[in-house]
Amino acid sequence: MFKIVKKHRLNHESVEMDIEAPFIAHKAKPGQFIIFRVDEEGERVPLTVAGTDPEKGTVKIIFQQVGASTLALGDKEEGDFIQDFVGPLGQPSELEQFKGKKIAVVGGGLGAAIAYPIAKAAHALGADVDMIAGFRNKDIIILEDAMRASSNRLFVTTDDGSNGVKGFVSDILEQQIKAGTHYDHVIAIGPIIMMKVCVDVTRKHNIPTTVSMCTLMVDGTGMCGCCRLTVGGETKFACVDGPDFDGFKVDFDEAMSRGRMYREQETQARERHICNLTGEAR
Amino acid sequence: MAEYKKNMSLEKVPMPEQEPNVRNKNWQEVSLGYTLEMAQEEAKRCLNCKNHPCMNGCPVAVRIPEFIQQLIEGNLAEAYEIITSTNSLPAICGRVCPQENQCEKFCVRGIKGQPVGIGRLERFVADWHMQQPPEEACPAKKNGHKVAVIGAGPSGLTCASDLAKKGYEVTVFESLHVAGGVLMYGIPEFRLPKDLVQKEIERLCACGVEIKTNMVVGRVQTLDELMKEDGFEAVFIGSGAGLPRFMNIPGENLNGVYSANEFLTRANLMKAYKENSSTPIFVGRRIAVVGGGNVAMDAARVAKRLGAEEVYIVYRRSEEELPARAEEVHHAKEEGIQFKLLCNPLEIYGDDKGWVKGMKVVSMELGEADASGRRRPVEIPDSAHEMDIDSVIMAIGTSPNPLLRQTTPDLNTSNWGGIVVDEASMQTSKEGVYAGGDAVTGAATVILAMGAGKKAAASIDAYLQGKKD
Repeated sequence: MFKIVKKHRLNHESVEMDIEAPFIAHKAKPGQFIIFRVDEEGERVPLTVAGTDPEKGTVKIIFQQVGASTLALGDKEEGDFIQDFVGPLGQPSELEQFKGKKIAVVGGGLGAAIAYPIAKAAHALGADVDMIAGFRNKDIIILEDAMRASSNRLFVTTDDGSNGVKGFVSDILEQQIKAGTHYDHVIAIGPIIMMKVCVDVTRKHNIPTTVSMCTLMVDGTGMCGCCRLTVGGETKFACVDGPDFDGFKVDFDEAMSRGRMYREQETQARERHICNLTGEAR
Repeated sequence: MAEYKKNMSLEKVPMPEQEPNVRNKNWQEVSLGYTLEMAQEEAKRCLNCKNHPCMNGCPVAVRIPEFIQQLIEGNLAEAYEIITSTNSLPAICGRVCPQENQCEKFCVRGIKGQPVGIGRLERFVADWHMQQPPEEACPAKKNGHKVAVIGAGPSGLTCASDLAKKGYEVTVFESLHVAGGVLMYGIPEFRLPKDLVQKEIERLCACGVEIKTNMVVGRVQTLDELMKEDGFEAVFIGSGAGLPRFMNIPGENLNGVYSANEFLTRANLMKAYKENSSTPIFVGRRIAVVGGGNVAMDAARVAKRLGAEEVYIVYRRSEEELPARAEEVHHAKEEGIQFKLLCNPLEIYGDDKGWVKGMKVVSMELGEADASGRRRPVEIPDSAHEMDIDSVIMAIGTSPNPLLRQTTPDLNTSNWGGIVVDEASMQTSKEGVYAGGDAVTGAATVILAMGAGKKAAASIDAYLQGKKD
């Protein structure tokens, strides 16, 4: 069992938690992920590590309450325990290469929470970091101060313009490139469609781009192949070969299609969870 | 010993089973097990041969005639003692060992008629023992040496158990949330009940084995860190052959295509068949399972139980070459699984939403024998045709998990990824590090993995005792 040491609600749909897991806290590097299970009947759900505190032995996760399992996790309180928490899984992001380079770290929605530790680590290594974070509206903007502190320039945009800046992250990225900002590398993290659109932009300008593939998973150790995707014409497993891949080579359309495999079951499970909450019969 | 009349029947006492058309809709065990009377009647078929050829066929050298004699006498506790003196997981072996290729293959009664049902008798004794009140655990006196075991599957558990009995402080590191390895994620409930697996593991823990789940060695701690920082003097690697293979044909990444590992893991480990499980599983109406081994049979029978209307085994050779146990093939057929033999997939077709809608296959015929000694399947020209299916399960084998190989620089592996060991001692290229099971051999059987774990335990004991002096 793993203890929830701290819980902080970022907004109505996103929650930040520090989980007591000393082994993982000592080892996890930016770009790696964990798998959690809320209870005995729970499914195994992957989440990218949003930060660690090796001294306290805690691992930070940030998640959106979108499915039955994340709803159940979000219902837990400080001091509660969850059944399983395993990691760090996947290959760490290769950040050393960005020392002294100009990079853009692009995060969409919850992806900003995952992009933030990457930006922070690259910035600490001496990269010149532009952080571009996008959200649906101003009410769900998260980590703004933290992102600002970990980048040379921060751009926050909203889909509806409610924070005063309107547009997708890919629009901001393209504006910057067109305005003459030279990026050696772009790291895009977020929904698959967002990463695809960012790559459409960077490909035009021939800027190498790394994407973090958030696929469906079961074991997360290479055993099941649920997370497979096509990269440069070859089948790769996001859990052991990734999650970072060369954005120019990823088959995003296939990845999006595979991500929808259980949409129907997911919707039903979510409805069941909500009904449990309200106490109404299914 | 009291005199008794040998049972000279040419056939085994039949095993009670659930009716095929009942069991293919439930998850209870297919084979129900012998009663004491049946077991003793079958036991009396044993000739108690002096040179016990059956034992030579057993990878863990169970003293078969001895336990059978105790069973005839009704001394079940003694029979159990004899079995577990060399076999740590008898209830499991009695169910899933391919006895026809091992102990029973060498049984003298098998020369004319059926061999003694050794597996069934082992199962009976182990199941009887589980029904008895638990004995007081008596962990061996600790000898002060620490050994790490990576992977809580059949080889790791056997190695851990043997070492714990000798007084070693053994910690088993398991990457999943539950111990058992393939016994939990792979082999289905109706062939090997999961409660039973957990009971066997609890028994090992009571004897002093410590199991740490959710620990992915290689990531959370490297093998070198275990030895240098945590004081483990020797390590056994039993990390299995978890990496699923695909055919590399077009359409394999469509929705509705599973590896057998994923399909079985969702169904078995994550209990997707239960109403209250939150792990989803997709079951098509018409499913093709590609492959002819035990895993393919398991996947097909699980699919049937999950409600698939038509389930096909698609295998490129003929019935004779099916690598699955004859009993599994027989059970699958009884349950309504259809066999499309001498047939090989070429491409999987998808609809415009990315879901499987059919599979192009080609008919095969058998040519000359290949390196494996089996006749090589060759395509029959112009025989390509389409199968009307909406789901595919690839059960064409697995490769060793690469994680330890990638994170342990001086661990030698073969070009296909298997860990290289000295066959006599199971020692790897690293001092103090031993390996066994599927991580060394590639996908094989539970009992071969157990045999390797046993051999490695003896070598680790010899190594650490030698080091002391």
